[in-house]
Amino acid sequence: MNAERLNINEHPYIADFLEGFGLRIEDKDTTAEEIFNALTEQELEDLGLEQESFFASLNEYVKDIEELSRDEGFRVDSITLIGGHDKSGTPEDVNLTINKGEIICIVGPTGSGKSRLLADIEWLADSDTPTGRGILVNGEKPDKSLRFSLEHKLVAQLSQNMNFVMDLTAEEFVQMHAESRLVENPAEKTAYIIEKANELAGETFTPDTPVTSLSGGQSRALMIADTAFLSLSPVVLIDEIENAGIDRKKAMDLLVQEEKIVLMATHDPILALMGSKRIVIRNGGIAEVIETTDEELESLTYLRKLDDLLLEMRNTLRTGGKLKPSKESFSIDI
Amino acid sequence: MRFITVSGPPSSGKTSIILKTIDALQDRGIKTGVVKFDCLATDDDLLYEKKGIPVRKGLSGALCPDHFFVSNVEECVQWGIKQGVDLLVSESAGLCNRCSPHIKEITAVCVIDNLSGVNTPKKIGPMLKSADIVLITKGDIVSQAEREVFASRVKTVNPSATIMHVNGITGQGSFELSTLFTGGEDIETLKGKMLRFSMPSALCSYCLGERRIGDSYQMGNVRKMDMEK
Repeated sequence: MNAERLNINEHPYIADFLEGFGLRIEDKDTTAEEIFNALTEQELEDLGLEQESFFASLNEYVKDIEELSRDEGFRVDSITLIGGHDKSGTPEDVNLTINKGEIICIVGPTGSGKSRLLADIEWLADSDTPTGRGILVNGEKPDKSLRFSLEHKLVAQLSQNMNFVMDLTAEEFVQMHAESRLVENPAEKTAYIIEKANELAGETFTPDTPVTSLSGGQSRALMIADTAFLSLSPVVLIDEIENAGIDRKKAMDLLVQEEKIVLMATHDPILALMGSKRIVIRNGGIAEVIETTDEELESLTYLRKLDDLLLEMRNTLRTGGKLKPSKESFSIDI
Repeated sequence: MRFITVSGPPSSGKTSIILKTIDALQDRGIKTGVVKFDCLATDDDLLYEKKGIPVRKGLSGALCPDHFFVSNVEECVQWGIKQGVDLLVSESAGLCNRCSPHIKEITAVCVIDNLSGVNTPKKIGPMLKSADIVLITKGDIVSQAEREVFASRVKTVNPSATIMHVNGITGQGSFELSTLFTGGEDIETLKGKMLRFSMPSALCSYCLGERRIGDSYQMGNVRKMDMEK
């Protein structure tokens, strides 16, 4: 293929590439080669361009785009965690398979090695990280090239920091993400994501709200909806979703419905009980895998009521109301 | 000895990443040295020294920083060989976004950060566009979507690079990066090797110390903006 001879009108993404190199396209009925050849030596030097490397880059870019648009997604049905050892070299007795639609929690004190576990998963560790762990995808050793693939990135990460630095409205922001992913109908997808985010957020926002003025809860809701529907990564790592302003149950349901594998570092009892298992980290190693028991789940009803109560009190405060006298406010029916 | 050029805008996190990556390299018994290039002042060499990493610093002062780099890099390589390091890393800031210290056949790394704005990948020239490895930092400060958009913008201008997210503060990704640092070829000298791209041409009267403004003081390589368009 000679990408430099493709007509820009028929392959509009070539325009993005050319603009990325500071080239101006006046007439779209042309090719990269024609635009390039019209430049003087001086202009090329100013733009930092050389024919050979430029066209090589363009061909690489077009190849990537074509692969991406043909790609039906990176099918991951399960990941398997094979134990290595902790910081003292004690072996981890673990062989844990996590299927799509499943939520697994990770618990352990700060500095115990949670991040390393998450990093091992992201890196598709093959006994070649400091923990000696191994990761299988769909029961098999994954191809090492996946480690550096942006399109087939295994893991999307929702961290506690969900700040936005771009000066865009919620709609423009999501649309930009959709476009970078080459989805077919970005406008429609964007509207759907904002609608879903509003179902999660306590207070709704409009598409033209600047992302920088979203509240903490709204930002988290938008990011979770965006990750569920726009991120290609089949595994979602969540680093403790904070309490305020978001329906956590709905948020988890959304991710699970989209068949994500959810790994969540949390010490919040409600979130922890949403997981089918808990991985306990100690001294840099997996000390134990605990299955959530029915007995534990029994307390979930009570915890939810407590949570609702707190939420109600928060809303009372938000709307300028007064809290009930203490005894009365803490009576919960189970 | 292996040699790697690391460059990137000021405050993008080059030094933090190199420090964390050297930790990971040392754990695997690979002795690493650093040459730090800067313009006016830097204390980064002290950070390296504190960790017992052999380091040299070069300040370009009144000279163009990248011209200074290229006129000293061979001596740096010889210094590294004498120090007996297995790997030498050069660190330099790409101040005008047009320069690039990258050398053909030598692993070239560019560091940029998520906070610099979505259009930044377009604005950086050969330093980013000709790098073999692009490291994106400060991902913990922005959202997942922003990380994805930013990375795809980088990919648009450098489709063949290996693009990685690395965190200089937590060290996330530095172990993984260290596996790439050992990939290059052993060299004994850079003599005869080529820069990946020419540097901006210099030598006008201002290069030679002229300070007065106006046509009659401008000589040498002078070009005028078109104010009519």
